[in-house]
Amino acid sequence: MRNTPRIKIITLLMLSLGAIPLIADSIDEPFYTVLFSRMLILSIGAVSLNLILGFGGMVSFGHAVYLGIGSYVVGIGTFHAFEDGVEWMGNGFIHILVAIAVSALAGLIIGAISLRTHGVYFIMITLAFAQMFYFIAVGTEKYGGDDGLSLYMRSDFAGLLDLSNDNSLYYLNFAFLLASLYLSHRLTNSRFGMAIRGTKSNEERMKSIGFPVFRYRLVAFVIAGIICGIAGVLSANQTDFVNPSVMHWTRSGDLIIMIVLGGIGTLFGPVIGAVAFLLLEELLSGITEYWQLIFGPMLLLIVIFARGGIDGMLVALDRWWLRYSVKKNVEDN
Amino acid sequence: MNWILLLEQTLNGFQLGILLFLLAAGLTLIFGIMDLINLAHGSLYMMGAYFAATFTQWTDSFILGALLALPACMLFGIILEKIALRTLYTRSHLDQVLATFGLILFLNEFVRLIWGPIGLDIPLPQMLSGSVELFFGIHYPAFRLVIIAVGIMVAFLLYLLVSKTKVGMLIRAGASNRQMVSALGININLLYTVVFGLGAVLAGLAGLMAGPIMTVEIGMGEGILIITFVVIVIGGVGSIRGAFVAALIVGFIDTVGRSFLPDILGIFVSNDIADTAAPAISSMLIYILMALILAIKPQGLFPPKGA
Repeated sequence: MRNTPRIKIITLLMLSLGAIPLIADSIDEPFYTVLFSRMLILSIGAVSLNLILGFGGMVSFGHAVYLGIGSYVVGIGTFHAFEDGVEWMGNGFIHILVAIAVSALAGLIIGAISLRTHGVYFIMITLAFAQMFYFIAVGTEKYGGDDGLSLYMRSDFAGLLDLSNDNSLYYLNFAFLLASLYLSHRLTNSRFGMAIRGTKSNEERMKSIGFPVFRYRLVAFVIAGIICGIAGVLSANQTDFVNPSVMHWTRSGDLIIMIVLGGIGTLFGPVIGAVAFLLLEELLSGITEYWQLIFGPMLLLIVIFARGGIDGMLVALDRWWLRYSVKKNVEDN
Repeated sequence: MNWILLLEQTLNGFQLGILLFLLAAGLTLIFGIMDLINLAHGSLYMMGAYFAATFTQWTDSFILGALLALPACMLFGIILEKIALRTLYTRSHLDQVLATFGLILFLNEFVRLIWGPIGLDIPLPQMLSGSVELFFGIHYPAFRLVIIAVGIMVAFLLYLLVSKTKVGMLIRAGASNRQMVSALGININLLYTVVFGLGAVLAGLAGLMAGPIMTVEIGMGEGILIITFVVIVIGGVGSIRGAFVAALIVGFIDTVGRSFLPDILGIFVSNDIADTAAPAISSMLIYILMALILAIKPQGLFPPKGA
């Protein structure tokens, strides 16, 4: 099926995301660039979590840990670059490389232990690991402890990109989002991705066919961590500020909400979800100070009634559209 | 090493363990029987503290306030179960996590709307606010002793309820095989409501007892909720005995670790390093413990039978 309403809407969404800085500049509201920049970054985080949660059925409740790792890599790096004049520590390429390395290592350790468990134990142990990292950050006085670090400079991309310009940062985020979507698409449709999806629907069967399920899952877990670590690098640059709350357990909860809201286990679901989540937050908090009084029950209702999330609604729209166009064709002839 | 301090901290750890047990017993029962991960359990703890604060203000007596708060908690829990949670029992764990996460957001804002954003204090009556002289001339706050006593009593009553009564038999049966219980003609929905009400009362009791020693504030249930999850996971989800053992271990390690870790680390590394590293490591101790135990026994210390 090409050109169904769902595909049109998703294309429109991606195109508008690409045009946001131009629109914001033309109406002189730079605030929107920052708001949508945050959406892009959280989209990357949600896309990465969707790889293991949506496609692999691993309900990790500690995914924000990698946002924290990426953020602190930038925070600590620029801290030393600024305070001690260690120039290479402010380099953006090095930030990304280090964030990838540390996230991969963290993912390897967390995954190796957590993936031995199942169900509620897995949910809780990933949460526990996230708490550990959270408390490491809270306890590290040198880098601000509870209060966090203010960034006096953004990652330095050696003249290639000037991140102090919010629009450049926006398009860097956008590029990384497109890259993570492409990677997600390629991965989930590869043999590896099929095996991961297989372990979600029937682990025992995959094992008896001869797939090393644990190893496959661990690799997926590490990849998801790496992508989210990069999102952390971007996030620190976006907020010019790093503190432990980027990896608070409610942040991990937010990422899960985005995925379910947008459409779990679909390519664009996490992006739709992240955009919808932040738009809702923005709209509702504009209406009332007690916006979570509305948002909380809304979440409950979405879980109970709208199981496929927004993408699921678009699929339903497609089905209706198909029936409608067939009927119209028949009537016309 | 300071032995009097160690003894005091051991008692404090025991008291934290008791509070954790009250929360964990309900949470583990609800999980074991309804297969529900209830993140909003910490909110019931918060509601218990707020109810107690309000009723104490109305009646001018903490004892009366506490006695009124318990049925209020039960009622609140039952309403919550009937309206929101009932539909979630058959859902995936992911759905449950999300929906109850939404409930936390709602209840936190609800409390902020009703009681305002500033924390409340629960004043203790004269006879509970002093301290008692224990053996070796140790002075210990009377109210903390009350918490320990009430907790042990409740644990004992819970043991009697679960292992000696007909309701307890149904609860145990429900935990090991739900379908069979309902096939035998037991009103499983009623059993669910009873178990949830029981869990709500236990959580509320923990909250109202924690109220006077900590501040009653929004979000007070979340920190302790995560520790409670650590407890039930270490103990083996669904096992009350496991919850009791794990709660005491976690309470002890957390409390004693916080006060003695700098000294213990100081033996191995320089004092400077020990002083900087200790706060972070002591907050992590229980999570490290949990990771270690799950790495060795993926189903906790007392794994549920038939799972």
